[in-house]
Amino acid sequence: MKKELGIFILLAVLCAITAIKEPVFLSPVNLQNTGKLIGAYGLLGLGLGAVIITGGIDLSVGSVLALLGVLLSIAVKQWGVPGFAAVSLVIAAAAGLGWLHGFLVARVRIQPFIVTLCGLLFYRGLARFVADDETKGFGDASGLEWLQSLATGKLLGIPAPFVLLIVIAALMWVLIHRSVYGRYLFAVGNNEDAARYSGINSKRMIASAYIICATLAGIAAVIFAFDTNSVSPSSHGSFFELYGIAAAVLGGCSLRGGEGSIVGILLGTALLQVLQNLVNLLGIPSSLNFAVMGAVILIGVLADQLLKRKKGKA
Amino acid sequence: MRGITKRFPGVVALNNVSLEARPAEVVALVGENGAGKSTLMKILGGIHQPDAGEIRINGEAVTIHSVNDSMRLGIGFIHQELNVLPNLDVAANVFLGREPRFGGFLNLIDRRRIEAETEKFLKRLGVDISPRAQVGDLSIAHRQMIEIAKALSLDTRLLIMDEPTSSLTLAETNRLLGVVKDLRSHGVGVIYISHRLGEVTEIADRVVVLRDGANAGMLEREETNHDRIVQLMVGRDLRHIHTPKTESTQPHYFVVENLRTRRYPDKPVSFDVGRGEILGVAGLVGAGRTEVAQALFGVEPALGGRAMLDGQELKISSPQEAINKGLCLIPEDRRNLGLIMAWTVRENTTLATLTSYARGGLVDFAAENKAAVEMSSKLRVKTPSVEAQVSQLSGGNQQKVVLAKWLLRKLKVIIFDEPTRGIDIGAKSEIYELINQLAADGAAVIVISSELEEILRISDRIAVMHEGNLTGVLRRAEADEEAIMRLAVGNKYRER
Repeated sequence: MKKELGIFILLAVLCAITAIKEPVFLSPVNLQNTGKLIGAYGLLGLGLGAVIITGGIDLSVGSVLALLGVLLSIAVKQWGVPGFAAVSLVIAAAAGLGWLHGFLVARVRIQPFIVTLCGLLFYRGLARFVADDETKGFGDASGLEWLQSLATGKLLGIPAPFVLLIVIAALMWVLIHRSVYGRYLFAVGNNEDAARYSGINSKRMIASAYIICATLAGIAAVIFAFDTNSVSPSSHGSFFELYGIAAAVLGGCSLRGGEGSIVGILLGTALLQVLQNLVNLLGIPSSLNFAVMGAVILIGVLADQLLKRKKGKA
Repeated sequence: MRGITKRFPGVVALNNVSLEARPAEVVALVGENGAGKSTLMKILGGIHQPDAGEIRINGEAVTIHSVNDSMRLGIGFIHQELNVLPNLDVAANVFLGREPRFGGFLNLIDRRRIEAETEKFLKRLGVDISPRAQVGDLSIAHRQMIEIAKALSLDTRLLIMDEPTSSLTLAETNRLLGVVKDLRSHGVGVIYISHRLGEVTEIADRVVVLRDGANAGMLEREETNHDRIVQLMVGRDLRHIHTPKTESTQPHYFVVENLRTRRYPDKPVSFDVGRGEILGVAGLVGAGRTEVAQALFGVEPALGGRAMLDGQELKISSPQEAINKGLCLIPEDRRNLGLIMAWTVRENTTLATLTSYARGGLVDFAAENKAAVEMSSKLRVKTPSVEAQVSQLSGGNQQKVVLAKWLLRKLKVIIFDEPTRGIDIGAKSEIYELINQLAADGAAVIVISSELEEILRISDRIAVMHEGNLTGVLRRAEADEEAIMRLAVGNKYRER
C-alpha cells in the first residue's frame, strides 16, 4: 500500500504543478479528454498487469489493437455485421488470440517475450494485409451511435471509457486481490514450482492471464477504434503495449512476477497520461514526450529501489 | 580459533567455539546439520566476520575480512559445491585470476608456464589428467582434484574440505583419502568436515565435535570411535531412542508395482507400505529415490508401472490429481519447492487448501487466518505472527510451515523427502514426533533420507536404493548402518 501512496503523491504533485502553471489543465474539456485516455490505456495496463504478475509479458497488445480495429471496421462497413455482433466478434477474437499466447507460453513452454514478439510482428503484418494498407474508419458511424458513445460519450459528465475502466478495475481488484484465483496467480508468479507442488494447475493459471490481457485489449480496441475513427493499420496502437507495461511497472508490478496491485496500475496509468498532458500544456517540445516519460519511469523505479534498500537495512 | 561467537538475526550460530589445527595434522570437524560447522569455516574463509573471538596463525592474531585475506594467509577451501568453471580447461581453472603473464603491451597469458605448473601439481596429487582437458568433461572426483591442485598452487598451509566425499564413489573416496594423507605428510594441515564417520575414524588425527553452535567435545585418535562421535554429536545415545512399534493395521495399503522413472527407465521399482507404517527409503545421493517420489506425486509422471491405494489403482499425472487422491509430498528443496519464500506464514499454510476457506471463489480472510493461526500453534511454529514472512524463520520452522500446509488436508499417503535437512536438533525431534503421529493416525508414510541415524530411528521397514534399483527391503530388527550401506552401494540382499 505504501508504494501506491508514493505514486499517488507523485501524481498529485504533478497535477498541482501543471494546474498552477497552466490553469487550462483543470478545464472540463481537458480533464474529460485526459480521463478518456486514462480509461482506454488503463484497460491495457490492467491486462498487462495480470500477465506481469505471472512473470510473463505481452508485447503484442498494440498490434492486436490494430488488427482488431481493422477487423471491426471491415465487419461493420463491408460485411454489414450489426454493431453488437461485430463488437462481440472482435472481443471473442481477442480472447482467442490470448488463448493462443497462453497455449504457446504455458504448454509449449516458449518464452513469453518471444511468443508475443512474434505476435507483435504477425498481427501488425496481418492488419496491414487485410486492410490493403489503407486507413479504415466508420465514417459518420450512422447506426453505431451507441457504440461510438462508448468511446466518446459521457455519463454524468464523466467520459464513458473512464467509467468503463472503473467498473472493470473494480472487478479485476476483486479477482486479483480477493479471490482464490488471484492468490494462485501470485503464487505461480512468485514460484511456479512451489505452486505446482501445492496442487495448483500452474499452466492453466498462466494461460488464463494471457486470455484476460488479450480480452481487455479487445475491449480497448473497440474504444480506440471508435475514438480515433480512423484505423491506420501501420501505426494504430503502435507502442501501446509499452504504455501498459510502463503503467504496471510504475504501479509496483515486478517483471520477475509475483508482485503488483490493481490500484497501483491505475495510478501508474493516470501518471503517464497526466505527464503527456503536462508536456502538451506546458509547451515542452512534444518531441521530448518520450524522453520525459522514460525519465519519470526511471526515477520512479529508482526511488522505489532506494526506499526498499533503506528499509532492508533498518 | 578461540572463543568464536557469531550471531545471525534470531539465532546464535556459534557460541564461544574454539578450534585448533596444527601443521601435518588432519582435524575432522563433525556435527549434525546446523551444528555450526559451515559457519565456523566460513569465518575462516573470510565469508563471515565473527562477532567475538580471535583467530591466530602461528601465534599471530589475524583478521580475515575477505576470501582474498584468507587465501593470502595460506588457507585453502574446497567447498562441497565445487567452484570450477566447466567451460575452461584444467590449467586455466588452476590459475584463474592470477595467470602468469608475458607482460608488455598485450600482457598475454603465458600458457606454456601454466600448463607446466599445472602438470606438476597434478602429478604430485597422482592424478592422470591433461592440463588441457575441458573441465566439463571430467568427473566430480577429478574436478575436486583440480581444486586441490589450485589450493597447492596457492601455497596453502591449511586446507579446509567441506564434505569432500558426498558425491564420490567408494573407489574415488579411497583415492581422495590417500591424497589427504599425502598432503598431511607434506606438512599441510587439513580440516576435514564430513558426515561419514567411517572416513573420519580412518583419517582423523583428532575429531572436534560441534553441537548446536558450541564445542561438544574433542577426541584424540586413539579414543576415536563411531559410537563416541555419535554420542557427542547428538548429546545422548541414539540407539536407545527408537521405540518398537506395533504392526501395521492394514499391510499393503499403498502398493507400487514396477514403477519406471524418466531417469532410470529400465529399472522398475516395486514396494508397498501399510497403513500406519513408516517406510524409510535409504540410499546415496542420485540413487533415484526423489525420482520415485516425484513420479508418485505426478510431478514427473512415471513412464510405466502402477500404484494402488487401498486396492484401487491410482491414475496420477499431476500433483493436483495426487493431492485429490490423498497423497502429498514434502519436497527436499524447501526454499524452491516447498514454500513461497516471499509470502507470509498464513499464505503458505493455506496455499494447498485455500478453496476450503472461500465462498463463491472469494477468500474468507477470517477463516483463512483462523486456520493458519491454529495450525501454527499446533505445530509450535516459532514466528512473531502468521503475517511474518517465512524467509525470516529458521529452517526447522519453515519445515513446520510446509507440514502445516499439508496437515490441513486429510492425507492417506505422505512422502517426506529429506524432512530434516538443515534443521536443528530440537525441531528435528518435533518433526519425528509429527511423522510418528501421522502414521499412528492411519496414513502410509514414506520417508526418504540420506541420514542413516534418521532412517534407523523412525522407520518400521527400510527400503534401500542404488542407482535406480531397489536393492533390498530390511525389517527394523535386521537393519543397522552396515546392512543399509551394503545395499546402498549396490550389494544385493535377499528380499523379505
